[in-house]
Amino acid sequence: MVAEKSSKKLFNVTLRVWRQAGAQSPGKFVDYTATDVNPDMSFLELLDVVNDGLTRKGDEPIAFAHDCREGICGTCSCTINGKPHGPGHGIATCQLYMRTFKDGDVIIVEPFRARAFPLVKDLVVDRSAFDKIQQAGGFISVRTGAAPDANSIPVPKADADLAMDAATCIGCGACVAACKNSSAMLFVAAKVSHLGLMPQGQPERDRRVLAMVRTMDDAGFGNCTNQYECSAACPKLISHDFIARMNRDYLAASVKSAFQPVSLGGGGAG
Amino acid sequence: MAKLDSRIPSGPLADKWRKHKTDIKLVNPANKRKYEVIVVGAGLAGSSAAATLAELGYRVKCFVFHDSPRRAHSIAAQGGINAAKNYQNDGDSVHRLFYDTIKGGDYRAREANVHRLAEVSVNIIDQCAAQGVPFAREYGGLLANRSFGGAQVSRTFYARGQTGQQLLLGAYSALSRMVGAGGVELHTHSEMLDLVLVDGHAKGVIIRNLLTGEITRHAADAVILATGGYGNVFNLSTYARQSNATASWRAYKRGACFANPCYTQIHPTCIPVSGDYQSKLTLMSESLRNDGRIWVPKKKEDRLKAPGDIPEADRDYFLERIYPSFGNLCPRDVASRAAKRMCDEGRGVGESGLGVYLDFSDAINRLGENGVRERYGNLFDIYHEITAESAYKQPMRIFPAVHYTMGGLWVDYNLMSNIPGLFVLGEANFSDHGANRLGASALMQGLADGYFVIPYTIGDYLAGQKPGSRPKTDRAEFRQAEENVTGMTKRLLGIKGKEPVSHFHKRLGKLMWEYCGMARTKAGLETALQKIPELREEFWASVNVPGSAETLNQSLEQAARVADFIELGELMCRDALTREESCGGHFREEHQYEDGECKRDDQNFAHAAAWEYQGEGKTPLRNVEPLNYEFTKMSVRSYK
Repeated sequence: MVAEKSSKKLFNVTLRVWRQAGAQSPGKFVDYTATDVNPDMSFLELLDVVNDGLTRKGDEPIAFAHDCREGICGTCSCTINGKPHGPGHGIATCQLYMRTFKDGDVIIVEPFRARAFPLVKDLVVDRSAFDKIQQAGGFISVRTGAAPDANSIPVPKADADLAMDAATCIGCGACVAACKNSSAMLFVAAKVSHLGLMPQGQPERDRRVLAMVRTMDDAGFGNCTNQYECSAACPKLISHDFIARMNRDYLAASVKSAFQPVSLGGGGAG
Repeated sequence: MAKLDSRIPSGPLADKWRKHKTDIKLVNPANKRKYEVIVVGAGLAGSSAAATLAELGYRVKCFVFHDSPRRAHSIAAQGGINAAKNYQNDGDSVHRLFYDTIKGGDYRAREANVHRLAEVSVNIIDQCAAQGVPFAREYGGLLANRSFGGAQVSRTFYARGQTGQQLLLGAYSALSRMVGAGGVELHTHSEMLDLVLVDGHAKGVIIRNLLTGEITRHAADAVILATGGYGNVFNLSTYARQSNATASWRAYKRGACFANPCYTQIHPTCIPVSGDYQSKLTLMSESLRNDGRIWVPKKKEDRLKAPGDIPEADRDYFLERIYPSFGNLCPRDVASRAAKRMCDEGRGVGESGLGVYLDFSDAINRLGENGVRERYGNLFDIYHEITAESAYKQPMRIFPAVHYTMGGLWVDYNLMSNIPGLFVLGEANFSDHGANRLGASALMQGLADGYFVIPYTIGDYLAGQKPGSRPKTDRAEFRQAEENVTGMTKRLLGIKGKEPVSHFHKRLGKLMWEYCGMARTKAGLETALQKIPELREEFWASVNVPGSAETLNQSLEQAARVADFIELGELMCRDALTREESCGGHFREEHQYEDGECKRDDQNFAHAAAWEYQGEGKTPLRNVEPLNYEFTKMSVRSYK
């Protein structure tokens, strides 16, 4: 069965795309004209089409990060017209559709820019700093097989719901790209709050926030100066209230770690 | 001919796993650190396996092609995870979950594996809750459940519509903990391009670093593949764009048998294709069928009319008409095929003609718009985002789409393939879902394999391998495998033809959808088996892969994956042609009851077909593992 010609009004746009062969090469904007754009196309599908055109001409296509294309994996990472993930509200780049734009628009496409996210190629950046922060403390230490029955740890519904709000973070890094200080506070606060709100997360609560914040600072992310661009750019609209919550946790943990007596303990069991 | 020994333990069904755990060999704690295990893939199965094996003391190397393990496509699963907890006191039990899964799989899964899956399902929920997975809760603080297709009990645990995300982030946190502790060496942007066999055992892999192009050799005492399914053979699917079958396929070409490749699941409620540029299909949860009514116009000439202009008398609520007792809630495969038939008759709606209406106007009249919003608001929002249409004002347009593959590499009860030392977990193996998977069972299987099966069963293999006996990577086998990889890369870059990779992927997808999709025929499959090799030849003659091998080159990555998809597509058609029956997701039009239900042939096909590679250009060998139903009675699957 052949799809018949679309009745949608097609239009043309210019993509002004950041091209950079690698971290050490100079980068520049290059203009590409996209014709017969269907408003039902996603923005990334337009990049696919432009790339196929470049390939047919023997040019190298634009490198861009993408995978699930349904707003959940956190891979896509374009700054579009100056906004991480583009002009939409509460969506990732892959959920942006061309009907947002109009005929003749010039669309400026850049990678997420931040010191802690070094550029890889064109629109692709390296966000491995986020993994490092997780490895420093973004977990509850529970060996497989050692867990008690799930219903032996009741969690008040309100706490579970709030923890879930924080846990919806997709780790895309838009918060960092949107922040003038390139701060990762929203990302870290989301994980710290998710685990800190659950009873299971209490034993490591202090240790976790101290370790994650230290790793965040070491990775070269900036500080928070309360502009909340992070929440505005977040595809999951995670609230900046979690940053305040993390600051309280961090302060409490710092004070406690300074004054609390430390066991000389040493040695394991057996 | 490969020897397929399923190694199912003897004894009563409910005792097999317990007995097996006490019978199999163990590796002592001081020796575990002398073994190195490679895990490829870090979705639910891979992350949970890598974390757990490292906790046990094994040295683990984990390879993922993503930039972070958290990106794996397990993240996109919406609905939930089944477990026989019976927290609802509604009569659930391990046996009932076992039975539902066997029946749902249309009696083409292994009883012993499925029973084990049901047994460990309860441990999964405990483990995930302890990790801090924010499952939905009741006001008393206890876990909430919902019901899902194919079950008469409420056993599905969930975290809003993002259960896969939360379970994966739980497994990712366990993995991250072990990476931080030095137990797992994590390699991101690392794609496995070949498996290395030494003396017939899997002892290593060849990896390409996707950022630098560097090719490296890695030796290990055992190799685990947890690399997901192959639905992207169809090009358009609900899979992530980069989901691929390359690791499995390269293992197949090294001798691992590929079982039941024709078993694919097609989900009835997805947003239809809007144009040729389309890269992805988005699922609309099947829960919508509880309140939506599915219809198409009775007359072809009405199909482009606004749905509101088509009077009630001219609408064909075809599911209610054909399946009066089950109506809109008939099983996934039946609903999908019926929608296809309507479109084939020329009555499909939307510009492409490939869509049917899912209409909520009755529900809105009954519950009010707010009532419908409370139940399905987020789904209506997603639909609006993609189509710019409001499902409150006009019916949704939906069409079936590929979203899971039940087939995969053949494994025994220990999850080991026919290549000793090669283990396969999660969607990449074939063992638990038979010919059709039930909703909320994929997450369960991935985590069962990774957290609770492989940590025991891998010891049975490793205990037979001398500690420290893993081969050096300067051996000829490693060199030959590396040359194989670099040779293919060079060949792809050297063609410099006219068409981009996507051109061939789209054409393959259309062929597969047409001939090996929802309904298959002998003639169609024979046509596909003629056309796919032609496409393959054309691909290798005229694909254009720009750029070089020494840098990030997404065209090159995709070219190698599509080359494998083309070959795998051919095997799927061959398998579908040979399986002269209908079962679950495999529907041969020649084999159906009058009402359109699948007509199995238990006499001749109650077996898994495990295909064995025989070399390029040669017809693969079809090995058979008989499925013995000792504890359930094989019957006609009916939900009427």
